[in-house]
Amino acid sequence: MSVGGKVITVTSGKGGVGKTTTTSNLSVALARNNQKVVMIDADIGLRNLDIVMGLENRIVFDLVDIVEGRCKPRQAMIRHKLFPELYLIPAAQTRDKTAVSPADMIQLTDMLRDDFDYIMIDSPAGIERGFRNAVAPADEVLIVTNPEVSAVRDADRVIGLLETENKAPGRLILNRVNPEMVRRGEMLSPDDVTDLLAIQLIGIVPEDENVVPSSNSGIPVTLNENSRAGLAYRNIARRLMGEKVPFMQLSESAGLFKRLTRLFSGK
Amino acid sequence: MQTVAIKGGKDGLHISLSETEEWQGVMADLASRIDQQSSFFAGARITLDVGSRPVRKDELGSAKALLERRGLTLYAVLTESNTTIDAASALDLRANLITPPQPEGNHASAPEEDGTYGVMIRRTVRSGRTVRSQGHIVIFGDVNPGAEVIANGDVIVWGRLRGNVHAGANGDESAFVCALDMIPTQLRIAGYISISPQDKRHKPKPEMALIRDDRIIVEAWH
Repeated sequence: MSVGGKVITVTSGKGGVGKTTTTSNLSVALARNNQKVVMIDADIGLRNLDIVMGLENRIVFDLVDIVEGRCKPRQAMIRHKLFPELYLIPAAQTRDKTAVSPADMIQLTDMLRDDFDYIMIDSPAGIERGFRNAVAPADEVLIVTNPEVSAVRDADRVIGLLETENKAPGRLILNRVNPEMVRRGEMLSPDDVTDLLAIQLIGIVPEDENVVPSSNSGIPVTLNENSRAGLAYRNIARRLMGEKVPFMQLSESAGLFKRLTRLFSGK
Repeated sequence: MQTVAIKGGKDGLHISLSETEEWQGVMADLASRIDQQSSFFAGARITLDVGSRPVRKDELGSAKALLERRGLTLYAVLTESNTTIDAASALDLRANLITPPQPEGNHASAPEEDGTYGVMIRRTVRSGRTVRSQGHIVIFGDVNPGAEVIANGDVIVWGRLRGNVHAGANGDESAFVCALDMIPTQLRIAGYISISPQDKRHKPKPEMALIRDDRIIVEAWH
């Protein structure tokens, strides 16, 4: 299947919408599907990908060490305990975004393409140097947003910037959707969001309280068979690989009692 | 006329390109002209005049990249062509439409209508982008919140107007704004300003905003 690896950058504009959660979960889901995956944390100075992957205490070299020639890429790659073909290149915590340039990122990913099916880049928030570093080598960009006005505004800005950089249009992941709030009209619906952003939706991830404990424990929620967010991420990974997977039903499967109540209260 | 003509202006350097030569050839000539006198050009801000030539986004992109590799910034594009305006807008460059000289003629027997000049943008204007014109502006697409459209003339949005718009920006109170769905964040005509009523349940319908009785009014656009 490999015709040389594909570079996918996960970005958003807005901070805190779920880029790192998405990058880690998609990478694990792809590895579960026997893909060879390397993750790169491009958030220099505020690195997080190592923490949510549970690999923090195994960092010896990082992205800046590679770029500044202190080590070869292989030396900085940390292999995952469960998936021997899943690696992480962590960011540096004691430097900042100026330590790396877009050209450096392109050079690094070019070296990795022969050995991996997917190179997943976790972008920092914002639209400045860190964002440009992360997007420069991308074959495809995934834009993560929440059904919330500020997040959607920032996503629109980012898509506009991608159009200027010839990386458009990208595909959208709508994260942290609360179906009850959408039903009550308290939250933007997926239609409201795609109406404004006008790009293809590749996944809808429901709000799920399994996510925070999984970040804390370093075990991505994709590995939790009971998690709806985990299922959503596994589906997105399949879509990335070209499979047609129908979108999950958003509303919680209501019991008979709940459904009857809804019927009688006329909502 | 030579392929590439360069002169100094108050805003930086003004580079005029042949309207008819093949683009690759023009780019090669431009590159060699700059390389011949690289110290003269160092750090300059460039206005590119392409005249009536329709330049596509990829062609304009290659010109921009060519200049950037030599440490020059492409700042603005002058053109008579709407295709070029579109390409410039896609690359986030300033673009000014220049009016071609009117042909001398017998005006009494001219049966054709003379319009006034405008620019046409054939895509949705996303948040953070600005479209400017000294004439009119027509957008075939939406204007998203966080986007700005500023015209000395009129503004017509064949789509949803959700961002900021300023028609008659140079003070022309006869300017108007039309949209298929008029829900701008802020609407200005000349020195007047107005905001949309916050009605979440509104039904989109074509409307026109203009100045009447010393204020901005919005009426159905038939």
